[in-house]
Amino acid sequence: MVNKIKESWNSRLGVILAVSGSAVGLGNFLRFPGNVAQYGGGAFMIAYFIGFLLLGLPICWAEWIMGRRGGQAGVNSSPAILAILSGKSWMKWVGIIGIIVPVVIYMYYVYIEAWCLGYAFNFLRGDMSFQSIEESTQFWATFIGVAENGSAIGFSLNQVGIFLILCFILNFVLIYRGVSKGIELFCTYAMPALFILALIILLRVLTLGIPDANHPERNVNNGLGFMWNPNKIFLEERNTVTDEWTPVTGGEVLGAQLAVAKSKTKNDPNLRLTEVHFTEQLLKPDLWLAAVGQIFFSLSVGFGIIVTYASYMKKEDDVILSGLGAAAANEFAEVGLGGLITLPAAVLFLGTAGLAGAGLGTFDLGFKVLPLVFSSMPLGNVFGFLFFFLLFLAAVTSSLSMLQPGIAFLEEALSLKRRQSVAILGFITVLGSLFVFYFSAGIKALDTLDFWGGTFLIFILAAVEIFTFSWIIGIERGKAWAESGSIIKIPQFFWFIMGWISPLFLIIIFVLWVLSNVFGINLTGGEASPSYYFTDLFTDKNPVAWMSIAVIALVGIFSAVIIHKSPLFKNIHNSNTKGSQS
Amino acid sequence: MTIGGWIIMIASIGSVSVLLVWSIYKIMSTPEEIDHVHGFEFETPDEIADHESRR
Repeated sequence: MVNKIKESWNSRLGVILAVSGSAVGLGNFLRFPGNVAQYGGGAFMIAYFIGFLLLGLPICWAEWIMGRRGGQAGVNSSPAILAILSGKSWMKWVGIIGIIVPVVIYMYYVYIEAWCLGYAFNFLRGDMSFQSIEESTQFWATFIGVAENGSAIGFSLNQVGIFLILCFILNFVLIYRGVSKGIELFCTYAMPALFILALIILLRVLTLGIPDANHPERNVNNGLGFMWNPNKIFLEERNTVTDEWTPVTGGEVLGAQLAVAKSKTKNDPNLRLTEVHFTEQLLKPDLWLAAVGQIFFSLSVGFGIIVTYASYMKKEDDVILSGLGAAAANEFAEVGLGGLITLPAAVLFLGTAGLAGAGLGTFDLGFKVLPLVFSSMPLGNVFGFLFFFLLFLAAVTSSLSMLQPGIAFLEEALSLKRRQSVAILGFITVLGSLFVFYFSAGIKALDTLDFWGGTFLIFILAAVEIFTFSWIIGIERGKAWAESGSIIKIPQFFWFIMGWISPLFLIIIFVLWVLSNVFGINLTGGEASPSYYFTDLFTDKNPVAWMSIAVIALVGIFSAVIIHKSPLFKNIHNSNTKGSQS
Repeated sequence: MTIGGWIIMIASIGSVSVLLVWSIYKIMSTPEEIDHVHGFEFETPDEIADHESRR
């Protein structure tokens, strides 16, 4: 369909490293451990693996299969691939989401990537020494300009500006070099380096013993227990006015603390110990939303990236084992490395009470808690540098992947050369990133783009992809495509999961997510209170939130105009009516 | 950490590690993998076009 010189991957291992590089990001080392600790430790992992089998892996495979098939038809972008494979030309409009999502995420992700580079550099030059969580929080706030819009503008080494420019240059140099010579070559070195760095830091964390003799409860065993224990024991105190019991700050009781807590409860009738069994935790809808959401975002499904990456594969290339291998590499980085480094290190130096006070969110853990932890650690500057450089590598391999769908779309829709499409996408993303960089107060722009562009639209695109694969293309045809060139076969029962369980499971999770995160409905009962993502737009109108929505809309409109004018997409419609792609 | 914690941790990390090692083994032990390696040259369309025009 498209007469152009076709790009391709250099080797199967290369494409697996590139796709796993796309998936392995900040979420593996920061978001995942925070979620596990917040939502029940070991109980979370049960829901997490169920989510992996029923949702993550099936959609991942569907994207690989459709991507390679689309590539054989001569196209590489989601709008073209979905329209051709589904045989429905209107799908090109739906496929625009596969351009919006990676481009919008890139606009703020490169900004966070710059934080990682900045932190790594500042650790290396020995300028990161904090005595309290307030100090590390203040550094972060100044570094990125949380207090006021435009306050991050500047080029001192304690501000993000210079690092943002460096990240932009690196990304666009690599993306210009192409799929194989840029993305694949970088990932071939960056991914093994990332794993080696993670193993070095892991070894350091697990051999720290008891860093502070005054706090023997802050040890590796309790750090791991905080992360992995399936049953949780909490120390609760009674509010004598309302008669309600609530956990005291950092109230999870670990190891030898149990004896101390028991003696406290004997002497004080307003204190009690409560054990939450993992089966009780599994009944909480919030836990399932968090677990499935984590697996979903961690594997980068619904980003429009895997489809584009797989489209550069050859007809005889395996997609089943490649998809499984990339998912396995991501899971190993997340569970095996992220699960053992971040929280145990934080508990060792801050204790559960200190950690609870600092917060378990991605930015809390990554840019407030861990810098303080490395400040307190022997050779902390070295390990701080290694850790943030590890995060930086993980971020680059992810941000690169976010540019390729946009590049592919511009190249094929407008018949542009790579340098032209890189220039256009560079211009668009620079504007978007400057928007995020300037409107830094309360990270409102970043947060709004992440919620609507980087979360809500991902659910939509993932749903579009799995429904297209299972119900429009059909499982039988999809199976035939999958098994062409495959080294291993997908078990028969898994096709049933892909056909029925995954789409329905995704719809249920999406509806619950909207009810909980947009409309603020408490899924375990209680009053509903719309989230600020909703109120920012409709009740307490926030100009920055609205401008962020406008950025997302502009990317969509720009893509729609290109599709409308592109001869390629008219041809897709014409060839589609002849059924030539079935 | 409790016994339950150890079981969950070992099962979780063990399963993803085994999956990763097995996947790498299958990939590396497949002969076709070698056939695909062709070196990192002339990868972007621009470069290929430039190369073709010089010939």
